Amino acid sequence: MTEDVNEQVPIIQMRDISKSFSGVHALKNVRMEVFPGEVHALLGENGAGKSTLIKTMTGVYQPDSGEILLHGVPLRFSGPRHAQQQGIGAIYQEPSLFPDLDIAENIMAGRQPTRSGRVDWRAVYREAQNMLQQLGVGLDPHLKARNLSVAQQQTVEIARALSLNAQLLIMDEPTSSLTLTEVEELFRIIRQLRQSGTAVIFISHRLEELFAVADRVTILRDGQYVGTRAMSGVKTEDLIQMMVGRQVNELFPKQEAPLGDTRLEVQGLTLSGKFADVSFALHAGEILGVAGLIGAGRTDLARALFGIQPAQSGTIKIDGTAVEIRSAQQAMAQGLGFVPEDRQHHGLVLPMSIADNITLPILPRYASAGWLHAKKAKRDASAAAQRLEVKSAGIAQKAKELSGGNQQKVVLAKWLETQPRILILDEPTRGIDVGTKAAVHQLMSNLANQGVAILMISSELPEILGMSDRILVMREGRITGEFMRAEATQEKLMAAATAVSPDKSEEN
Amino acid sequence: MTTIHEENNKLTPQPKRRSLDFFLRWEWLLVALIIVVILVNSQLSPYFLNLRNMMRATSDYMEMGLMMLPMVFIIITGNIDLSVASTLAMCASLLGYLHIQGVNIWIAALAALLLGVLGGALNGYLIARVKLPALVVTLGTYAFYRGIAYGLLGDQAATGYPPAFTFLGQGTLGAIRFPLSAVLFIICAIIFGLVLHKFTFGRYLYAIGNSEEAVRYSGVSVARVKMIIFILSGFMSALAGVVIAARFGSTRPDVGTGLELSVITATVLGGINIFGGSGTMIGAILALLLIGLMRFGMGLVNVQGQVQSIAIGLLLIFSILLPNAARQLSRRGLQIQRGTAVSALVMLALGGFFIWFFFWSRIPVLNQ
Repeated sequence: MTEDVNEQVPIIQMRDISKSFSGVHALKNVRMEVFPGEVHALLGENGAGKSTLIKTMTGVYQPDSGEILLHGVPLRFSGPRHAQQQGIGAIYQEPSLFPDLDIAENIMAGRQPTRSGRVDWRAVYREAQNMLQQLGVGLDPHLKARNLSVAQQQTVEIARALSLNAQLLIMDEPTSSLTLTEVEELFRIIRQLRQSGTAVIFISHRLEELFAVADRVTILRDGQYVGTRAMSGVKTEDLIQMMVGRQVNELFPKQEAPLGDTRLEVQGLTLSGKFADVSFALHAGEILGVAGLIGAGRTDLARALFGIQPAQSGTIKIDGTAVEIRSAQQAMAQGLGFVPEDRQHHGLVLPMSIADNITLPILPRYASAGWLHAKKAKRDASAAAQRLEVKSAGIAQKAKELSGGNQQKVVLAKWLETQPRILILDEPTRGIDVGTKAAVHQLMSNLANQGVAILMISSELPEILGMSDRILVMREGRITGEFMRAEATQEKLMAAATAVSPDKSEEN
Repeated sequence: MTTIHEENNKLTPQPKRRSLDFFLRWEWLLVALIIVVILVNSQLSPYFLNLRNMMRATSDYMEMGLMMLPMVFIIITGNIDLSVASTLAMCASLLGYLHIQGVNIWIAALAALLLGVLGGALNGYLIARVKLPALVVTLGTYAFYRGIAYGLLGDQAATGYPPAFTFLGQGTLGAIRFPLSAVLFIICAIIFGLVLHKFTFGRYLYAIGNSEEAVRYSGVSVARVKMIIFILSGFMSALAGVVIAARFGSTRPDVGTGLELSVITATVLGGINIFGGSGTMIGAILALLLIGLMRFGMGLVNVQGQVQSIAIGLLLIFSILLPNAARQLSRRGLQIQRGTAVSALVMLALGGFFIWFFFWSRIPVLNQ
C-alpha cells in the first residue's frame, strides 16, 4: 500500500498555507500532502497549529494565502459543508452524535432516502447496516447513540463519514478517551480504511500510537512546517526533537529570588477521574511550573487547591498546618489566589465594569454593615488597574470591551488586590500579545521576589522553562516528572508528558 | 504622543453614549406609559383622578408589591420563584388556622412569618445546596405549599379577626386615606432598593446574574446569596399573606391564586432581565404602578377581568421585545441595522395594536 504512494496523485495537498488571527500567525507557509490509502500523522505541541491546519482542510477557516489542491485540482472551500461534499470527513475527540437518535438515523441524518415523500426506513437501516459491515463492526443500527461508549460513537461517526463518500478522514485525538482495547479496535478500523484506499490524518500526542498505525508523519512547530518523515525510519527522540527543537529565548526572565519556607505542601491529593496521588511542595518566592498536555489533570488540580472542586482525599498544608479547603472562600481565607484558565467565564464577569471586577473578591473590605463605599472601591480599583497598566477608556468600562491581554491584566489586578501569599496561575499568558506577555512575566518575577509562592500551569514549554524554578510534569492525572530549572529541557519535559504509562490499562 | 492620541480617541465618545444610554433607559418608557395611561383614563372616566378611589385601589396591589421586591433580587440572579403566591396562601392559612384554634392573633402572625421563612429556606436549600433548577423546585413547592394551605383550612374560611389586626390591611392615614399597607410597602421598597443598589449584597446579585461561575471563582459564596434571597422571598410572601388576611378580614386557602404570575409580570415589565444580570428597583416599582393604574382604569369603565388580563399579557410581551430592541440600539449607537429596524417595526406594530386594543376594550362603554 505504502511503498508507491509517491507516484500517485495526493488526495489533498496543502501548499504554503498561512493563516493569522488578529496579527498573530497561527500558520505560516505550512505544507502537507496525503495520498490515498495512507495514514498520515500530524504532530506538534499544543498551539503548534494542528487544529488550525485541520480547520482549513475542513473548510472552517479560509487560508490567508497558499492553496489547497484536491486530487491535484486547486480549490477553495466555501465552508465545512463544501469540504464534506468534496469527500473530507472529520472525527473529533468528543463525538457529536444526536444522543436520542439511533445509530442508523445518525449515520443517515439529513439525507434519509425517501420514497414518495416519506422516509424509507427500511433503506435507512439497510444502508447503515452496510456501512457498519464494511467497517467490520457488529453494532445493531437500532441502538440509541446515548447508550454507546465513546469508542462506539466514534465508529458510528466514521461510518457516517464513509457513507458521505469521504476519501480523506481526519481524526483529531480520537484515542484520548479510549481504553487500550478500544484503541486497538480503532486501529483495526483505520487499517481497514487504508486497505480500501481511504486516507486518514491521525492526530495524537501519544507517540507510540503513531508508530503503531501511521505511515508518515508531518510535524508542525509554532505554526510552521518542520518536516515530513516516514514512520519506519524515525525514532521517538527525533520526533520530540523536531516537535520542540527551538531556542528558549530570554523573553522569560525569572529573577533569582531567595527561596523561603515551605508555603504549600500537598500530599496524596486525589480526585477520581481527574488526578491521583499528587504530592509536591511549594516555597515562598518560588515559581513552580506545571507542564503537561491538555487534559493531564493540571487544571483540575488547580481547581481542587482553590476549592472549586475539592479533592476527595489527600492533605493540603499551608505554612506547615493542615488546612481544609472545601470552597473558594476557604481558599481565599488561607491566602490563595487563582487566575483561572478561562478568563471569559471564570476570571471575569464580562458585562460588569473593570472596577466591579477588580473589587469583587474583596467587596467586604469596602462595606460597613453591608453598605458599599463605592467611591473608595472605585479609587482602589483604579489604582490597581493603573499599576498593571490596563489600557481602557476608564475604570467604568465593561470588561467585555477589553482586549484579551487587558482582560488578563484585570484578572491579575483582581487577585493582586487580595494580596495572596500563594498564587495559582493557570495558563497566565494564553492568547495574549507578546508585550503583555512580557509584562505578565515581569510581574510574576516581582511577586516571587516579594515572597509570593507561585504555581504556574502552562502548556507553553518555553514559558515553563523560562519562568520556573522547578518544574512538575503531569500526565494522565499523575506527576510523572520533577525537574530543577538547570536540568530541565524541552525534550525531557515532553518525554515525561507523553510517554505511555505502564499501568494505563488498569486505570481504564 | 500615542497615549494622548489614544486617550482622546477613547474619551470623546464616552459622554455621548452615556447620555444616550440615560435616555434609552427602560424606566423613562415606563414613566411615559404611566402618563399615557393616566391621560387616557382621566378622559374616559371622571372617577379616575379621584384620590380617594385611587388610594382604595392601591391597597389591592400592595401584597403583590411586597412579593415583587424579593422577586427582583431573585430574577436579577437569573433564578425565579413560582411559589410566592402559594407561600402567601400557606402562611395566611396558618394564621387563620391558629386563629380558629384560639391562638393570639399576633402570635399567629409571627408563626405565619416563621413558616414563610421555612418555606423560603426549603426552596433555597434545594436550589443553592442541592443545585436543582429554581424553575423546577419552585414549581414543586408552588403545588406543595398550596396543598398545605388546603390541608390547614380545608374548604372553610377563617374569619373574625380582631379589628386591631384587620387595621393592618384596611387602615388608612390622613385625609387622603393613604393605606397603611402602602406605607409598609414603601418602607420595604426603600430597604430593598438600597440593598440592591447601595449594598455589597446587591453587587453580588448582579454579578451572579451575569456570571455565576466567575463569582464562585472570586471566592464569593453563591450558595449563601441564593439561600438568603429565597428566604427573603418566603418571608415577604408570608408578610403579604398576613397583610392580605388583614385586608380581607378572612382567609381562604385559595387566596392569591395566580398572583405569582402577576408578580413576575410586574418584575419583567419593570425591565428586570428575565435571564438575570440587569434591571433596577425603580423600574419594577414603576411597572407595578403602571399595571395598577391600567387595571384600575379599566375596572372603572367596566372592562371585564379577562380583557384586562389580555391587555396586561400584551403589555408583558411588548415589555420583553422593547428592552431587547433598546439594548441593541444603545449598543450599536443608533446605527440603523436590519435587525434593529425589524424589531423597531415589530415594536411599533405591537405598540399600535396595544393602544388600539386599549381603546377598543372600552368601546362598549363609550357607546353607552
